Amino acid sequence: MPPDTLEFEEPIAVLLKEIDALAMLPQTPARQAEIDGLARRIESIRADIYRRLTPWQRVLVARHPNRPTVLDYVSLLFTDFTEISGDRRFSDDRAMVTGFARYKDEPVLVVGHHKGGGDTKQKIFRNFGYAKPEGYRKALRTMKMAEKFGRAVIAFVDTPAAYPGVESEERGISEAIALNLREMAVLDVPVIVIVHGEGGSGGALGIAVGDRTLMSEFAIYSVIPPEGCAAILWRDSNRKIEAAEALKLTAPDLLGFGLIDRIIPEPVGGAHTNPGQAAAMLDAALTEALSEVSAMESGARLEARYQRFRAMGNAGITE
Amino acid sequence: MAWFKKARKPIATSTAEKPSRVPEGLWVKCPGCAQVIYNKDLEKNLSVCPKCAHHFRIGAAERLRALFDDEWTEHFPNLSSNNPLRFADTKQYSARLKQAIATTGLKDAIIVGTGRLDGIPVVIAAMEYAFIGGSMGVVMGEKITRAVEMALDARQPVLIVSCSGGARMMEGALSLMQMAKVSAALARLDRARVPYISILTDPTTGGVTASFAMLGDLNIAEPRALIGFAGPRVIEQTIRQKLPEGFQRSEFLVEHGMLDLVVDRRDMKATIARVLRFMRAETAHVAPPTRVEVAAAPALQEPSR
Repeated sequence: MPPDTLEFEEPIAVLLKEIDALAMLPQTPARQAEIDGLARRIESIRADIYRRLTPWQRVLVARHPNRPTVLDYVSLLFTDFTEISGDRRFSDDRAMVTGFARYKDEPVLVVGHHKGGGDTKQKIFRNFGYAKPEGYRKALRTMKMAEKFGRAVIAFVDTPAAYPGVESEERGISEAIALNLREMAVLDVPVIVIVHGEGGSGGALGIAVGDRTLMSEFAIYSVIPPEGCAAILWRDSNRKIEAAEALKLTAPDLLGFGLIDRIIPEPVGGAHTNPGQAAAMLDAALTEALSEVSAMESGARLEARYQRFRAMGNAGITE
Repeated sequence: MAWFKKARKPIATSTAEKPSRVPEGLWVKCPGCAQVIYNKDLEKNLSVCPKCAHHFRIGAAERLRALFDDEWTEHFPNLSSNNPLRFADTKQYSARLKQAIATTGLKDAIIVGTGRLDGIPVVIAAMEYAFIGGSMGVVMGEKITRAVEMALDARQPVLIVSCSGGARMMEGALSLMQMAKVSAALARLDRARVPYISILTDPTTGGVTASFAMLGDLNIAEPRALIGFAGPRVIEQTIRQKLPEGFQRSEFLVEHGMLDLVVDRRDMKATIARVLRFMRAETAHVAPPTRVEVAAAPALQEPSR
């Protein structure tokens, strides 16, 4: 199987192989017709698979190594990107990208986790998207700057989790995330959050408090990774498929619970199969959300943001 | 009746610490120094070993009794989870809830009370570890938020006593969002200059630590409490080696600048009263703070309510 084919895409991989084999033969109209036929079959099989993805399959798509990163979206939708580094306290965390950019000619701050994409060196450079305290502190520092100069914040969420290591604990990962939650709640500029990959628990939430949360169709957003949940509750991490089911971590689930505002559709086969199209779909949703929120007067916007989180989960309470 | 009764095993952790719930027998053996203590004596000593000062884990009601002067009023006792995810693992979540309700007599892992602490009117939210590991779900999030809003309206200090394994998995992302919800309420309290004291007890981990437990004007811990974001087992898996003794304990956090002070349970109330008075909390009422005008700093504006 090609490395970027997921396990449940096996039927597609088989057909792709057939096309490859045909491509070796001398070019004839008959060969071309056969290839076209196979390509059409791939499209219909793919559409069929992606129409009924299970929660665990969505986890795999959300974690796909070629899934577009925050910097892919920046280069496709933004101009004049100027990356800002460092938390002015300890170091610069490459798992968290922050920078000024223009979106539709309007200056904004972009904040986002970065997993490193498909390249191993990049992955290590970015610590696989596991941000440390300095990453959250850099994010907060730049967001305060956006507030100071009255610029909107666009946050791209894609992380397995905050880094669970010794140095994270030593330098206060809890405090770093906690402070972001509190300060983002009252940050006096429009904040749009886009969960476009993996919304990994507190590490995701640490840059995800805002006026609107948009979520990509095949992204996930969860309190704990399915493997971790399975290990604790089933005492067997191989029960991850059931855990993924039980955790209700898909975009439609979150929309149903009122935790996100809108699902951004993705190309059939996932954003990684056509990043350009994925970006265009994201663009439409982002433009709309940003113009809605920017039109609000500051006090009303902050009150609405408060009430938005205030209401979360209340349907799960019987009084 | 047996003289000794074995403590129920709590959720196993890989730390060297022995379980420290007070057993129900007449006599208790201290896991810290192996001293045998008469149960009543232990209770009188706020469940702290008189010999080695080992802090036994205590329940929410006992905690509130230890902090309030005398009578206190419980709020929102009837809120309970309706299992919004219809969650089931090897056991139905609804059955887990039912069992926890039966054993603790509470509807969820938290009690909110108002009363006086050394004469100062305060709002206190205290967690109950015996209720599904003190985990934070939608009920805890809502009750703490209401407690903070109550404190804000009355301009009374709020104390949150944490004792929790973190967010409640069985309520999925709804639990996760409670971190943001409570933190948003605390932002308003902070801007209004109303004191908030976070008290961290053994254990305080996960989403509870990474939200309100670390947001106190003062973060005060009991001695030797396990406090952290990721659990020790998860970290050991990441770094592939054993963690040093004392890692993620209160004293470790003080050393790394994450806690303001570590206080023995027997001195907790007096310490809190002292710091609250520094924060302008007054006996019987809280004087409105003198407003300090900060020029051109929109971040410090009070959010409209």
